[in-house]
Amino acid sequence: MAVLTKRRETAPARTAARRPRRLARAAGPWLWLAPLLLLFGFFKFWPTLWGMYLSFFEVRPYLGNTWTGWENFAQALGDDAFRSAVAHTVIDAAVTVTLSAGIGFALALLLEGPARHLRLLRTAVFLPVVTAMVAVVELWNTLLYPGAHGPLNSLLGLVGLGPLPFLSDPDSSLASVMLVQIWKSAPYDMVIFVAGLAAIDRQLYEAAALDGASAWQRMRHVTLPQLRPVTTIVLTLGVIRGLRVFTEIYVLTGGGPAGSTETVVTYTYKAGIQNNQLGMASAVSTVLFLVTVVLTCLTLWWRRRRED
Amino acid sequence: MAAPTTALGLRMPAGRGARAAVRALLYALVLAVFVLPLWTMVATVFSGVPLRLGELAVLPREFTFDNLSTAFGYGVGRGLLNSAVVTGVGLFLQLTVSAFAAYALARKKFRGQALVLLAVLSTMMMPEEVIAIPLYLVLGELPDPLGGGTLLNSYAGLVLPVVGWALPVYVLTGFMRTIPLELEESARADGAGDFRIFAQIVLPLCRPALGTCAVFGFLMIWDQYLLPLLVAQTPDMYTLTLVVTNLSASQEQGVGVRMAASLMLMIPSVLVYLGLQRLFESGLLSGSLKG
Repeated sequence: MAVLTKRRETAPARTAARRPRRLARAAGPWLWLAPLLLLFGFFKFWPTLWGMYLSFFEVRPYLGNTWTGWENFAQALGDDAFRSAVAHTVIDAAVTVTLSAGIGFALALLLEGPARHLRLLRTAVFLPVVTAMVAVVELWNTLLYPGAHGPLNSLLGLVGLGPLPFLSDPDSSLASVMLVQIWKSAPYDMVIFVAGLAAIDRQLYEAAALDGASAWQRMRHVTLPQLRPVTTIVLTLGVIRGLRVFTEIYVLTGGGPAGSTETVVTYTYKAGIQNNQLGMASAVSTVLFLVTVVLTCLTLWWRRRRED
Repeated sequence: MAAPTTALGLRMPAGRGARAAVRALLYALVLAVFVLPLWTMVATVFSGVPLRLGELAVLPREFTFDNLSTAFGYGVGRGLLNSAVVTGVGLFLQLTVSAFAAYALARKKFRGQALVLLAVLSTMMMPEEVIAIPLYLVLGELPDPLGGGTLLNSYAGLVLPVVGWALPVYVLTGFMRTIPLELEESARADGAGDFRIFAQIVLPLCRPALGTCAVFGFLMIWDQYLLPLLVAQTPDMYTLTLVVTNLSASQEQGVGVRMAASLMLMIPSVLVYLGLQRLFESGLLSGSLKG
């Protein structure tokens, strides 16, 4: 509600302040910024700082918190489940980001161009990206049904393979989750690469052709180097985003079977909300936040260095 | 017919049937991978033939609306209403608040401006996934402005945390900086105040950027899952994403009803995307390339 009241104050405050202009000048920008900054303060900065603070306490609602120093961090690091959650998260982020960029690039090569049928194909292929993750997960939960009559297993059966257990077996569950993630994110990368390809100066190709470069050489020495800045940004931001994967894992597998798809955020959610270990969950969240900050700063620093 | 140059600079010999056939085959494969699954969802929803667990229809046989009407009986109606209210109000507030902030950032010079930009940037590193636990505790402390209790299990709790978002602030600030100052200066000479200039000159000129932000904001709020999971505690507060996951977790209903609920979640996003595709793509590129 802070939003609404603040906004109503803005207009009359400014008309009244027309004469003492100096004061209005100084306060002006902050009145325009106030609603946003208040919202960020309540729902971003306060939780972040509060989480850092709670990391050092045993949190007991209604009973009072007890200072425990680094105990929460030690507890998380000592937990095998947490260590494997970190491993799953890193593997998941690295693999899905790389493969979806690769597939997105292949799609871009196939579907790039101004022709009408290519535009239509690109629009159709993009549908998984705009579909809500929860709906995608529901659909794939059935597509990946482990029985022989499951949709994907039926297809595999046609070529004499399977049936595969997909999500129901600890050995294949993480790979199955990644399949779903790549299906949803590869078309996104495609659109980025289509724009990247369209921005390449066609004269470079013509010059290469005049020099007698083969198709592969043109790809290797013109296309890929030209796309490198875009690619690097897509990959780094994708990994940073991948570290906080939650919805698809939580809904598809709940972290199972046998913890085989547990990630940092599903681990945190379970520890904090389901097992009431709020201090430990805050400690893990804080570490995740700091890792995100470091990686983001590195990306920004690297990009600035390139631009200079 | 002139041979078109593709991205690789390959000259495609238009007459070669073999190449065209390979391309057509690849197109079909791509559609089968990325579109056919979504189509089976639609076919399953409207198919009257009973399906086993783990089966989907490819063609709708014995066309029916039964799955949809059953799904509505299991909370999809209420979820749709909640999601619509949360998305509608949230998006309106998000655009308003972002446009206000962008106006100050693009048009005013003041001390602390760089700090504000840094603060906005830093919120991108604080998504719900990273701050879920403390956010949950904070929501349990803050009073609900529309009712008695706290923000937990309230509409304000579902809406307010998603209103502040860095992306539209960036897009609108960038766009406003490209608007020439002349119009505003002449209006100011005529005695118009800041608010009138903002509402009558700047905002109408920002329509394309506002459209882009609206598409992204819609998808961002409509797809929310973790926040409603933290906030909504009683079924009457469930958004559609929660209704869909609960329906499938309960295992009471067959695949047709579950797909019907998912379809209702999917249709609005697809309509928004198809209707405003141009705005969407321009925003996608600027957004993702800028981070």
